[in-house]
Amino acid sequence: MELHAANAQKFIEDEPRTDWHDASLWFVRQKRDIQIKKVPEWEDLRELGSQIKANVLSDLDTYLTQFEQNATNNGISVHWARDAQEHNEIVLQILKSAGVKKMVKSKSMLTEECHLNPHLTEHDIEVIDTDLGERIVQLRDEPPSHIVLPAIHLKREDVGETFHQKLGTEKGASDPKYLAEIARNHLRQNFLTATAALTGANFAVAENGSIVVCTNEGNADLGVHLAPIHIASFGIEKIIPRQQDLSVFLRLLGRNATGQPITAFSSQFMKPMAGQQMHYVIVDNKRTDQLGREDFRKSLYCIRCGACMNTCPVYRRSGGHSYHATVPGPIGAILSPGFDLKKYSDLPFASSLCGSCTDVCPVKIDIHQQLYKWRQIVGNEGDMPASKKIAMKWMGKLLSNPNMYRIVGKLGRMFLSIAPRFVLYNPMNAWGKQRELPTPPKQSFREWYLTQKK
Amino acid sequence: MKVALFIPCYIDQFYPEVGIATYELLQKSGCDVHYPINQTCCGQPMANSGCETESIETAKLFIDNFKGYDYIVGPAASCVYFVKKHYYILEQNADVQAVTHNVYDLSEFMTDVLKVNEINARFPYKVGLHTSCHGQRGMRLAQSSEINAPDFNKQKQLLSMVKDIELVNLDRTDECCGFGGTFCVFEEAVSVKMGKDRIADHAKNDVQVITGGDISCLMHLQGIIQRQKSTIKVMHMAQILNATS
Repeated sequence: MELHAANAQKFIEDEPRTDWHDASLWFVRQKRDIQIKKVPEWEDLRELGSQIKANVLSDLDTYLTQFEQNATNNGISVHWARDAQEHNEIVLQILKSAGVKKMVKSKSMLTEECHLNPHLTEHDIEVIDTDLGERIVQLRDEPPSHIVLPAIHLKREDVGETFHQKLGTEKGASDPKYLAEIARNHLRQNFLTATAALTGANFAVAENGSIVVCTNEGNADLGVHLAPIHIASFGIEKIIPRQQDLSVFLRLLGRNATGQPITAFSSQFMKPMAGQQMHYVIVDNKRTDQLGREDFRKSLYCIRCGACMNTCPVYRRSGGHSYHATVPGPIGAILSPGFDLKKYSDLPFASSLCGSCTDVCPVKIDIHQQLYKWRQIVGNEGDMPASKKIAMKWMGKLLSNPNMYRIVGKLGRMFLSIAPRFVLYNPMNAWGKQRELPTPPKQSFREWYLTQKK
Repeated sequence: MKVALFIPCYIDQFYPEVGIATYELLQKSGCDVHYPINQTCCGQPMANSGCETESIETAKLFIDNFKGYDYIVGPAASCVYFVKKHYYILEQNADVQAVTHNVYDLSEFMTDVLKVNEINARFPYKVGLHTSCHGQRGMRLAQSSEINAPDFNKQKQLLSMVKDIELVNLDRTDECCGFGGTFCVFEEAVSVKMGKDRIADHAKNDVQVITGGDISCLMHLQGIIQRQKSTIKVMHMAQILNATS
């Protein structure tokens, strides 16, 4: 239950590093602010994006079958996966039947969610993540800590050390140019020898059966264009109705994610190249459950820009790994309890409910309202400590009884003014660990008011 | 104009001077101010902790205390926000509808209802304004920095009318202080780190007094400031608007 709090405390123990992490992400948020303020119709775009997504979800089955039909007509094999396991099996079968031994993968949070890499490795298929940040965390055997900036928790020195251990670079080397060159050569070898490429999809266009993949490194394109097999795995919520809707989402995505007018590569894949196989694996994995939860349906609007993480004062000071979920940060904290309420009961509480996530969201997901609503569900059926439940019950009784409230208030203030410091600042007092308690006044406001009235 | 004064529990118990300043301010503005003496709390602490049903009795008591007034005004945007936006937990009878409609945070009551455009107060200090998140993003008392729309801030608007005040610009205009209700104890480490960072922003910009419309945030910041033995003072904006010296 308290996992995030404990992880965060550990993260913050290295305060200079916490400050560095906070500043790195705040820098991205500031870049985003500059870029979105150049678009006078920004708020209209957000509204439009939100409405298009609402429309998609209200008629998702129709759009999905339309998409499937069009993709099939384009010569693409369409597969449906109910859950992570089915997804992994489908991918494995495609690769096995073509005798693939090595696959390159561009960044895909869905395959992280499905834990595809270990599944394929178990079956002797090597998977190389080709997004630089993703490759770095893969070499370190870590999950990404951010959905857009997977290695944002690492300093260049950390990357240098990882490359030294795994790729044989000079010890202590941390020059970004040098490291990037090494990575480029290392990845190039893999691009040339892989016989399949897997990508995610940022958008799947129902009216023409195409997908759009947005990257800044062009790694998805290189992988797909060199390999005889292209597999694209994505969730059912990636559908957008029309080609022209891209003119809304591509503008929203790049600006809100990293403060770029558009991602460096926004590639649309429509049909297989001559001699190439192309597969779509469309995954549910509990998304329809979320679709059925009225209060949380809007979480499926998410276009994975990651801005809610960059803006979140808690995420910036606790790091992506503290959320112990595939998708961290505010959006992860409203998606994860839908996957496993008990396991992720702590996440809706890993927020001060400041609401910055909601205001920064490019498709207007009411993230902090959903965090509040998940808290109520955790309180009712999740993994909330009994002590907290009892405390809240008593607090409710106390605050609904004016006499009891006044007596306890007075006694409390008296206790605060006479108790010795070691009693007040005992280990149970989480407030007082790093904060002083307020100085209790002699009179409450009510007491003052009554003396005035006499 | 019959105005009921809403003094949230922690102001009643720990910051009576904020209640007094609010009371005096409203009287000076010509309101007929009443203090319903059986009030306690709005019910937010339990609800934010995931126990909304435990808030119902407290919310009912709030309605009993505050029904029948033209306006209900409290110097705490967060508590007012809870009454306004979360009393769907109650059956929506006429009293509940009237109370949730007529409840105001002090600053928006002064700017939007009383339409105050002059304040007879003097405060010759460098002041940093901490706009609480519930005030800003819940009650929309100020524009959020995430939004691409004209800037406004009702609390700043009022403070600017105070004589000799120097309102200081902060590096991060609307970052959360980390109080967050029970978040401040259940996520103690992050909460305190957020508070420390907020204070550092004020300190870096030579702020002498941190003010705001929510003493809950300020209580948290004050707790850290005192532990740090810093000289920065913390005051509710009602105290500044009421500073006659």
